[in-house]
Amino acid sequence: MDLYQELILEHSKRPHHAGLREPFAAEVHHVNPTCGDEVTLRLQVEGSGADAVVRDVSYDSLGCSISTASASVLADEVIGRTVAEALTTHHAMRSMLTSKGADPGDEAVIGDGVAFAGVAKYPARVKCALLGWMAFIDALTQAGIDIAPQRTSHG
Amino acid sequence: MSDTPFSDGELARIRAGFPILSRTVRDGKPLVYLDSGATSQRYAGALDAERAFSEQVNAAVHRGAHQLSEEATDAYEGARATAARFVGGAADEVVFTKNATEALNLVAYGFSNTVGGQAKDPRLTVGAGDEILVTEMEHHANLVPWQELARRTGATLRWLGVTDEGRLDLSQLGSTLTERTKVFAFTHVSNVLGTVNPVRRLTEAARAVGALTVLDACQAAPHLALDVTALGVDYAAFSGHKMFGPTGVGVLWGRRDLLAAMPPFITGGSMIETVTMEATTYAAPPQRFEAGSPNSAQAVGLAAAIDYLGELGLDRVAAHEHALTERLLEGLAQRPWVRVVGPTGSTDRVGAVSFVVEGVHAHDVGQVLDDQGVAVRVGHHCAWPLHRRMRATATARVSVAAYTTPGEVDAMLEALDRVPAVFGVAS
Repeated sequence: MDLYQELILEHSKRPHHAGLREPFAAEVHHVNPTCGDEVTLRLQVEGSGADAVVRDVSYDSLGCSISTASASVLADEVIGRTVAEALTTHHAMRSMLTSKGADPGDEAVIGDGVAFAGVAKYPARVKCALLGWMAFIDALTQAGIDIAPQRTSHG
Repeated sequence: MSDTPFSDGELARIRAGFPILSRTVRDGKPLVYLDSGATSQRYAGALDAERAFSEQVNAAVHRGAHQLSEEATDAYEGARATAARFVGGAADEVVFTKNATEALNLVAYGFSNTVGGQAKDPRLTVGAGDEILVTEMEHHANLVPWQELARRTGATLRWLGVTDEGRLDLSQLGSTLTERTKVFAFTHVSNVLGTVNPVRRLTEAARAVGALTVLDACQAAPHLALDVTALGVDYAAFSGHKMFGPTGVGVLWGRRDLLAAMPPFITGGSMIETVTMEATTYAAPPQRFEAGSPNSAQAVGLAAAIDYLGELGLDRVAAHEHALTERLLEGLAQRPWVRVVGPTGSTDRVGAVSFVVEGVHAHDVGQVLDDQGVAVRVGHHCAWPLHRRMRATATARVSVAAYTTPGEVDAMLEALDRVPAVFGVAS
C-alpha cells in the first residue's frame, strides 16, 4: 500500500517532540468528529508577526498512524522556524494533501511531509493528516500571531 | 426450513438482486461489503418500484382530482399499509419521515412543543423535576434529541449504563427508571455492539412507572421480526436505507392515541384542517406529521424492500446472519491480538461486530481491509459516549446482511491478518 510509507510508520511509532511541555503561549484541542481522533497541541512563540519564531510545538495525539505521524512531522518542520516559514510549509502540505494526487509535494519545503503524498488519494484520510496542522494554525491565532498577511501572500 | 441459513444457491439468487455486490474495487478486487449497518445495499426491486412510480403514476399525492393523483395516492398509502404490517401496527399509526433521525426528533419535539403550547396532554408534557431516560449505548440520533429536550424544558436526562460485556446494566434499572421518568428512549439493537436489548422487559418496567417508551429499531428492522404490540413500545423508528430500501425515507410508528395528542413538528401544506389568516387547525395523524410534498417514490421503494424482506422471511434472515456472526466471532477469537467490543457470544446479538486491533488505530485497520476490497466502518459509529464507556477511541465494525456470504467473512479475516505485519505489532 502506497499510503503507509515507511517514514509515516516510523513517525507514528516514535513521534518526534511528543508530549505536552511548558512554557507555552497557547494550547488548543482539535478533534476529527467522524472518527474521534484528538490532538492537544501547545505552541511557544517568541516575537511577533511573521518574524516571530516558533520555539516549541508539543502535543498529545490520540489517533491513527496518519494523524500521529503528521503531528510528528509538523513539529519537526516548524520548531525553530519563523512563523512565515511555518506558514509556507503549512500551505505546501495542505496544497499537496488536497490535490488528489496532482501535487507530489516538494521535499525542500515540507521535508518528511512528502511521505504523505499518498494520503491525497484517500479523501477520507486527508482530515487525519491535516488535524495537527489545523491545530497549529489555530494555536498561532490563539497566541495572538497575525497570520492573515501570510495567508494572502502565499495564496 | 424456517430457521436454516441460506444455501449457496439461495444466496446467489439473493445477491443477483443487489447488482452492486458484483462490482470490483481497488484495482479489480471483488467488493466484500461488510458495512450494511451504516447503509445496506439497495434491492433492485425497490429501485424498480421507485422508477415505476415515477414513470407511470407520478403526481401530487392527496390533492388533485385527476387519475394520476388518485393512483399516486393509492401507491403512497399502500406503502404506508405495508410499513404498518411490517411492524404489526395500523396504517394510520405510520408516519413517513426523511429518516429515523427525523422520526426520533418528531417525537422529542412532540414533548417540548406541549410546554405552554397547544396540547396539554400530561403524558407529553415534561419540565423541571421530570426525567428523560436513555441508555449509554444509544446512537447519537437517539441521544442528542433527548439532551436537547432536557435543555429546552428543564427536565433531567438520565441514562442506563452498559456492562463491560456490552449489555445494558439492568441492575441500574430500578434506580434510573422511576415515577419521575416521563419517557424512556432506547435502542432495540446496538449499532456498535450488536447487542439485542430485552425490549419487552424494558417496556414492562416503563409501563409500571407510567413512562412512555421510544424504540430506535434501525438496527433491528432488517435482521429481526418486529412486532410493536408484542414488544409493548409506544413509538418505534426505523430507516429505509438500512433495510434494502432508498435513502430519504424513514418511518415513525406511534400509538394512535399518542399521535392524536401530539402537536405537529413541521408545519405547512398538507398537514392542515382549516387555515385562516389568523390561525390554523391541524389534520389528524398521520397527515399532521407529513407537512409538504411527501417522499412518495421513496416510500413506494421502501414498501418493495419490506415485501422483499417478507419473501426472504425474517426468521431465515436471522438464522443466516446468526451463522455468519458465529463464524465471525470464532474467527476473531482465534486472533488474540483482536479485542471484540461487545458480546463475544452469539446469544442475543446480531451480526454487527466491532473490534480493536491492539496497538493499531481503527482507521488504519479499515484502510488495510479496504486495500483488499473489504469495506467496513471505522470510527465511533455515531456512538461516542459508548466508545468512551468501552474504553475505545474508535473501533472497526463488520456488519452483515441477508446477502452476506460465509466466504466474505473469511475474506475479511484473511485481510485482517495483514494488519499486524503492516504496523509491526505482535500477532
